[in-house]
Amino acid sequence: MGSPPWFFRFSGAVVQWLLPITIGLLLLGAAWGLLVAPPDFRQGNSYRIIYIHVPAAVVALVGYYVMALAGAVSLIWRIKMADVTMRAAAPVGAVLTAVALVTGAIWGKPTWGTWWVWDARITSMLILLFLYLGVMALFEAYENKTAAARACAVLSLVGTVNIPIIYKSVDWWYSLHQPASIKFTGESAIDSSMLYPLLLMITAFYCFFALTVLLNMRAELMWNHREANWLQQMVRKV
Amino acid sequence: MFADIPLLSLREAFSRQFRRHLKALMGSPADMANPLLFYSMVVTLFPLGLGPDPERLSAIAPGLLWVVALLSSLMVSSKLFDSDYEDGSLEQLAIAPYPLSILLMGEIAAHWLATGFLLAAVSPLFGIMLGLPAAGLGVLFYSLMLGTICLTLIGAMGSALTVSIRRGGLLMSLLIIPLNVPVLIFGTTAVSEAVIGGNPQTWLTLLSGLAMGSLALVPIAISAALRVSLDN
Repeated sequence: MGSPPWFFRFSGAVVQWLLPITIGLLLLGAAWGLLVAPPDFRQGNSYRIIYIHVPAAVVALVGYYVMALAGAVSLIWRIKMADVTMRAAAPVGAVLTAVALVTGAIWGKPTWGTWWVWDARITSMLILLFLYLGVMALFEAYENKTAAARACAVLSLVGTVNIPIIYKSVDWWYSLHQPASIKFTGESAIDSSMLYPLLLMITAFYCFFALTVLLNMRAELMWNHREANWLQQMVRKV
Repeated sequence: MFADIPLLSLREAFSRQFRRHLKALMGSPADMANPLLFYSMVVTLFPLGLGPDPERLSAIAPGLLWVVALLSSLMVSSKLFDSDYEDGSLEQLAIAPYPLSILLMGEIAAHWLATGFLLAAVSPLFGIMLGLPAAGLGVLFYSLMLGTICLTLIGAMGSALTVSIRRGGLLMSLLIIPLNVPVLIFGTTAVSEAVIGGNPQTWLTLLSGLAMGSLALVPIAISAALRVSLDN
C-alpha cells in the first residue's frame, strides 16, 4: 500500500470505474433534484440549491477529517503515501467549503433577504475554510517538503481537535446573540421526495471527493517520479 | 565522561528554564512594556475611529478589549522561539535528556507571566476608559487571565510551526486565529454576561476548561511542531 508503483496501478484501476460512476451519480442526482423533486411550500424553486449546498458542506467537513487522518497516519507510521493523500485532500476540501459558502449565500439572498448571516453553521464553515487555507499555506511556506508535510499533519490534527469546540462555541455565541429580525424557524422534517435526491447527491459528492483526491495523488506521483522507470513503463503502456 | 552528570528531576529542569527565561524577560522592561503599549494604543484607535459616544463604547467594550488582547498576544507569540532558534539553543533543548514539552513549558510559563498576565492585570484600566460597567471589570480580569493561558499556548504552537520560515510571523497569525475563536467567544460572553447582570460563571468555567485542556494537550503539539521545524 505504501509503495508508489502499487498505488499508481491500484488507483488507475479504481479511477476507471469511479469516474463514470461519479459523473453518472452527479448527473442523476442533479436531474432528480433540479427537475423531478417538487417545489417547496415556502421557498418555491429557490430551495433547489440545497442539492449542491448540503453535499458540499458535508463532504468539506468530512474531508477535513480525511486530511487529518492521513496526516496522523503519516506522522505515526511515516508512510509517504499518507502524506500525499493529505496534500491531495486539502485543496479539494477548501474548494468544497468555498462552494458551500457561496451557494449558501446565493440561497440566503432570496430566502432571508441577505447575502450573509453570522449564523453558527455559516461562521463555523468560514473558520473551516480558514483552517484548510492555513494548512495549504503552511505547506507552501516550508522549504524542506518532508518537514512541511509533518508540519501540516501536526496543524491539521490540532485543527481536528478544535473543530467540535469551535462549532459548539460558535453555536452558543449565536444562540446568545440571536438577532430578532431574522427568523430561523426550526427545520421542518424534510419530505422523502426531497430527501432521496439529497442523499443521492451526497453520495455523488463523496464519490467526487474520492475521485478528485485519487487524481490529485496520481498527478503528484507522476510529477515526483517522472524520471522513474516504472512510471514511464506504466504510462507508455496506456 | 558525561555519564556522571546527574539527571535533574523534571521539576528542577522546568524551574531552571522558567527562572532563566523570567530573568531574561524581566531584565529588559522595554520588551515587557511593548505589548502593553500596543494594547493601549490599539484600544485607543477604536474611540478615535468610531466616535466618543460613551454608550456605544461601553456596548462594544467587552469584545473590543478581548479582540485587542488576542491581537497583542498574537504579536508577542510570533517572536517567542525566534531567538532560541537563531542561536541554536532550541536544538540543544531538543536533544536534551528531558521531555521537550516540560522544558518548553518553563519558557512558556515565564512568557505568559511577562505578557498575558500583565495584559490581564492592565485591562480593567482600559475597561474603565471605555466605560465598561464596574460589574464587568473583575470578570474581564479573570477571563483574560484564563484566556491568555490558552492564547499563549496556542500562539506558542503557531510560533513553533513557523519559526523556521522566513517572515513566518504573518503566516503564524493566519494559522492561529481560527484556533483562538472559542477562547474569544467564551471570554467576551463572560464579560458581557457580567455586564448585563447575568451569570458569567458558566463561561468562566468553560474558559478554565479550555485553559486546563490546553495546558494538558498543547505542549505535546508544541514540541512536535518544534521538532518538525528543526528539520526544515
